[in-house]
Amino acid sequence: MERSKSITKKIGAISFSLLSPNEIRKMSATKVITADTYDDDGFPIAMGLMDPRLGVVEPGLRCKTCGLRVGKDKCPGHFGHIDLAMPVIHVGLVKSIRDCLRGTCRGCGKILHTEKQREEHMLELKKYKGEGRDPTFVLKQIIKESVKSEKCPYCSREVGKIELDKPTSIRENGKKLTPSEVREWLEKIPDEDLPLLDIDVKSARPEWMILTVLPVPPVTVRPSVTLESGERSEDDLTHKLVDVIRINQRLQENRDAGAPQLIVEDLWELLQYHITTYLDNQTSGIPPARHRSGRPLKTLAQRLKGKEGRFRSNLSGKRVNFSARTVISPDPNLSINEIGVPIQIARELTIPIKVTTHNIEWCKNLIRQKIKISENPEQYNPGVNYVIRETEGMKQRIKITEKNAEDVAEKLEIGGVIERQLMNGDLSLFNRQPSLHRMSMMAHRVKVVPNKTFRFNLSVCPPYNADFDGDEMNLHLLQGEEAQAEAEILMKVQENILSPRFGGAIIGGIHDHISGCFLLTHQNKKIPYDDASHILSAIKYEGKKPNIIEENGKKYMSGKDIFSTLLPDDLNLEYRAKTCLNCEVCTAPKCPNDAYVIIKNGMLKQGTIDEHSIGAFKGKILDRIIRDHGMNSGREFIDNVTRMGINSITIFGFTTSIDDEDIPEEAKRQIQEGLEKAMNKIRSLVKAYENNELESLPGRSLEETLEMEIMRVTGRARDMAGEIAGKHLGLNNSAVIMAKSGARGSMLNLSQMSGCVGQQAVRGERIHRGYQYRTLPHFKKGDLGARAKGFVASCYKTGLNPTEYFFHSMGGREGLVDTAVRTSRSGYMQRRLINALEDVKVENDKTVRHSGGQIIQFIYGEDGIDPARSSGGNAVDVDRIITDIKEEM
Amino acid sequence: MAKKQTKKQVKNKTKIKKIILKDTTAKKTVKKEKKTKKQTKISPKKSPQKKTSPKEKIEKIRKKKKAEVKTTKKPKQKEKKLVVKRETPPPKHPKPIEESPEHKKIRSEINKILDGRFLPLAILDDIISKVSEEQKLQSKLKVIISKSLAEYDKNAVDPSEACGIVGAQSIGEPGTQMTMRTFHYAGVAEINVTLGLPRLIEIVDARSIPSTPMMNIYLRDEFRLNSDLAKEVANQIEITRLNSIADIETDLTNLVIYVKPNMKTLKNKNISIKEVGEIIKKIRGIDAKIDKDSIKISLDDPSYKKLLDVNETLKDLKVKGIDGIKRIIIRNEPKEGYVIYSEGSNLEKVLQVEGVDPYRTTTNDIQAVGRTLGIEAARNMIIQEAHNTLSEQGLNVDLRHIMLVSDVMTADGTIRAIGRHGVSKEKESVLSRAAFEITVSHLLQAARRGETDKLGGVAENIIVGQPVNLGTGAVELVMKRSKKKE
Repeated sequence: MERSKSITKKIGAISFSLLSPNEIRKMSATKVITADTYDDDGFPIAMGLMDPRLGVVEPGLRCKTCGLRVGKDKCPGHFGHIDLAMPVIHVGLVKSIRDCLRGTCRGCGKILHTEKQREEHMLELKKYKGEGRDPTFVLKQIIKESVKSEKCPYCSREVGKIELDKPTSIRENGKKLTPSEVREWLEKIPDEDLPLLDIDVKSARPEWMILTVLPVPPVTVRPSVTLESGERSEDDLTHKLVDVIRINQRLQENRDAGAPQLIVEDLWELLQYHITTYLDNQTSGIPPARHRSGRPLKTLAQRLKGKEGRFRSNLSGKRVNFSARTVISPDPNLSINEIGVPIQIARELTIPIKVTTHNIEWCKNLIRQKIKISENPEQYNPGVNYVIRETEGMKQRIKITEKNAEDVAEKLEIGGVIERQLMNGDLSLFNRQPSLHRMSMMAHRVKVVPNKTFRFNLSVCPPYNADFDGDEMNLHLLQGEEAQAEAEILMKVQENILSPRFGGAIIGGIHDHISGCFLLTHQNKKIPYDDASHILSAIKYEGKKPNIIEENGKKYMSGKDIFSTLLPDDLNLEYRAKTCLNCEVCTAPKCPNDAYVIIKNGMLKQGTIDEHSIGAFKGKILDRIIRDHGMNSGREFIDNVTRMGINSITIFGFTTSIDDEDIPEEAKRQIQEGLEKAMNKIRSLVKAYENNELESLPGRSLEETLEMEIMRVTGRARDMAGEIAGKHLGLNNSAVIMAKSGARGSMLNLSQMSGCVGQQAVRGERIHRGYQYRTLPHFKKGDLGARAKGFVASCYKTGLNPTEYFFHSMGGREGLVDTAVRTSRSGYMQRRLINALEDVKVENDKTVRHSGGQIIQFIYGEDGIDPARSSGGNAVDVDRIITDIKEEM
Repeated sequence: MAKKQTKKQVKNKTKIKKIILKDTTAKKTVKKEKKTKKQTKISPKKSPQKKTSPKEKIEKIRKKKKAEVKTTKKPKQKEKKLVVKRETPPPKHPKPIEESPEHKKIRSEINKILDGRFLPLAILDDIISKVSEEQKLQSKLKVIISKSLAEYDKNAVDPSEACGIVGAQSIGEPGTQMTMRTFHYAGVAEINVTLGLPRLIEIVDARSIPSTPMMNIYLRDEFRLNSDLAKEVANQIEITRLNSIADIETDLTNLVIYVKPNMKTLKNKNISIKEVGEIIKKIRGIDAKIDKDSIKISLDDPSYKKLLDVNETLKDLKVKGIDGIKRIIIRNEPKEGYVIYSEGSNLEKVLQVEGVDPYRTTTNDIQAVGRTLGIEAARNMIIQEAHNTLSEQGLNVDLRHIMLVSDVMTADGTIRAIGRHGVSKEKESVLSRAAFEITVSHLLQAARRGETDKLGGVAENIIVGQPVNLGTGAVELVMKRSKKKE
């Protein structure tokens, strides 16, 4: 039994070919002649479009061809056919029909090449095919050569000029060819010449490109919908087929009755139109067929095409079960590997467990849990939602309710399957769209929590690019052991700390974690024993207690010592912290700003912990721990650092408000003076320009030179204001701590708040547009001064005056537009990149190849190194090896 | 937003210098890469345990052919019309710097230790330079090498790794963080160059002409040190049109045109009036008489309309320089000497100008690089341009990803765009092509040609609902069941 089950069939290949009229008739279940669907009693009309032989859509009914029902047995539906009174051209293939006519002789059907030419081209095509190259170029050449010849080299018939009148009529020397004539011509083309016309002999004949029989798709493809009012609403395809049949009938009647040629031709044209729109309702050159309401019909091509078409939305992307979606919120107490799942969701989602001799008792207990749920809804104990039993080869899926739980539990047998509710520790995939890289979908361990949001550690925000302003995320549950094992090894958050994009950590401390560690470790902070104990309680530390310092009878611990408890004993590092001012003379080991970090044997001797130590992208300590001690230690470090950071920041207290940007009157005056100076400079520049005294930069016009100069002056003015403001904003200021430690914001933000906002720009230039010769009516015409062109001299704190506010809004708007355009453009670029590179992989011999076997690289990246494992892009960290060896010596 | 931008500009100006410095280092690394590539190409031949599959052989032969084509192409280029005839033969390829005997010694020692095992050349160079600095390390060479080998193995890619998808994501994902702002000043403040996302899209599209073509023209030997010589080279490169050096006056009563060159600019540009006359004479249907300081142009069959026509052609008449090069800026770079930066690009012609160093001169027109210097050069150019574009925005992307994209684009010897007209169009799988773009016509074409989708790639297998042939999906396990012992 197991054996037969474990073998699943695999699709090896799919081949494509054209349907011949015979084939269409052969696979047809019935000929369709009635242009109607249901009779007055609501029964499908025989040989109509809803003939039960074409399959059934309503549950319970049996198909008249195969005898199966729609639901369980799955009758796939069966094709029917319409015999067309006159042949009709297939719109999608007109271009190949044209090429076939251009390439061949009307008299004998042979290709218009001499024997020699033919041989040559055949060889060339064979060569291209052998090399797996695209033969389009050769094929085009063949047609070009044929068009040039004036007489058929075999029957000496003169060659006419073939033109294609879009969308579906073909003319020879200006005279229209009927589809029948075209078909006759195409029939004459011998099989041997077909390869030259880009047609495969085995799978197509050129005359099949002219339709004489139209296949009618099964009803399952075009199900009719019964509305609430009892009215039937038919599918677009059915509507179109009704048109086709109706016209076809009229055409046949008229032709048989010997109606005038003109009428027959008109009807023929009409049939051509209906079939064309049936195949593709967006053919250029003809009006699209419309629904009664005026909406264009969605016919065959429209069903397949585009983002909402079958290919992209149903075949390349599929809907799944066992998934959930809700709003996200932060939870600093979870590990980065965990995710908080609300009880409600945990009760709904299940994981299948096979009942064995080892777990049958456990399973029975789980089933019985269902009874206890209503007793205590706040308490979460996983139960079972379904039990799948197999009796006499029939699968039964039993929903567990309070009533039947005991009963089902008793009857549970080995070999059955229970669908268990979520438990703490289950693996799940967590995802946020847009999924731009593989870290957008990572595996987390479930932790069932109250309330209604998904929760996770803040450090995991960057890879998902998530924030908590209302973002929603998806959760998927793994339904098999193989999938779970794979996710555990490859997709867990801790396995994805290192980004393959640049080989550095993408998960690390952020925001308050960094501020917290900064406060803890900056200078020689002494922390009262009680507080220190509280901070240490955040981590599960088992080891030597940090030294206790006694002063004035009170016990203290050093902040640096407390932080050192997180570091492995063998850690030795020296580097510059983010707070480093890049002084001209670096007094590294004795940095007055405590910005030079020295770690010896796992003890933080000196320096402040900030973004460069524990942050994502830049964290040196983090990077080193992951490389030396592996992912698990890396995860532990991040978990602990974040907890310790949060605990210390709560103890020290940390707040910022608008008075953080207060600067003394004296500084304000200085800034005013500086700005005044800059304004004067600009005024003199403008004057020089107006008097033609300005010297232009090489290759620039005078206007451009002036603009560039002014931009430079305004830029410098803003920097000056920032500098002065910065002098008065010290490290006792929370906002400054955030900026300097890299937790959030920058000094630029602060200087804009307390110094000067600076020049506003649109398209990288000062603001020019607005009224005639001026930006706003507040200024004189032709004013080129700073304020008239978007310089905002105020700071956010004092507030902007109306003109400044207006310019500022202009700059802001540009930013918004920019983002909107950028997302769509880069999204499309990525789609193209993925499509071009998706099949490329590293083979066992280390070459990089396409799925077809074509070699792209002889060795991946010229050295065969995985970028995620490389040290900053280098294959081997030579420096590290050498310093290690030196230490040993 | 705007403030950030203005700030960036300020930053940029300081960056400019850095970028220039970087440029030279970047080139060095590219050269190194070439070396490593050669090495890696040879290595599979040497190692006996690796079988060369027939496909590989074909690939090798193709590569050889490519190389042959390249070598045969070169003399052809010389036959082309030279803008300026080289008085001296073109400079020979600069000799690689001789390795010091000490380095050589260490290298041979390392090779002995390696004994056929492989370490990338860049790593070997790094080790050699570091070991040669400190005497005491030399005794430890064996340990260093074995440790390096161990780390190299540890860091190696896994077989079946979906490096294509990872690469595409690594380049696509930072795209959302890039600026849309087209113009920025790169290298030289005076020349605008497309940067950011638009430039990246341009590179990936393999456009035939970039939206802002630009060249960095390096000079050789004395040309780069002597400002007059540099200026002379620049004069030959920059396009000079007649109306920028002369006044054109039309005499409507006599139906004649007088061209009165500005002698000062003529001298500046090193053009004689006679030369100007010769060029004018080439226009059809006119006659030109050269006087001392003006040229009189009369028509063969005078008419008012013709006169205006001729007047228009005269205005746009190229007197000197190279087509496409609009503007030139000469700068004196520290350590380098004079470098010419040009707006507009024409690699083919510029390389033939006397004094230009053909080995270092670059353009951002990738198609032109492919045409003149071959596909391998184009590949390196794509890598360099994409890398510069990304790092200019402060985005850190591993070079390997960029290399892979570049190699996919150039694998068949031509530069193919990433998109429906290039790589995606030539994909083997029908379903994959249909799922990307232009669905219906791909399906119809497949039917006509009788194509078979072998379901080898990713998109196809997802469509039919099967595991994908990448990563863990590429591994199959077949177990033979032993008969139950009972």
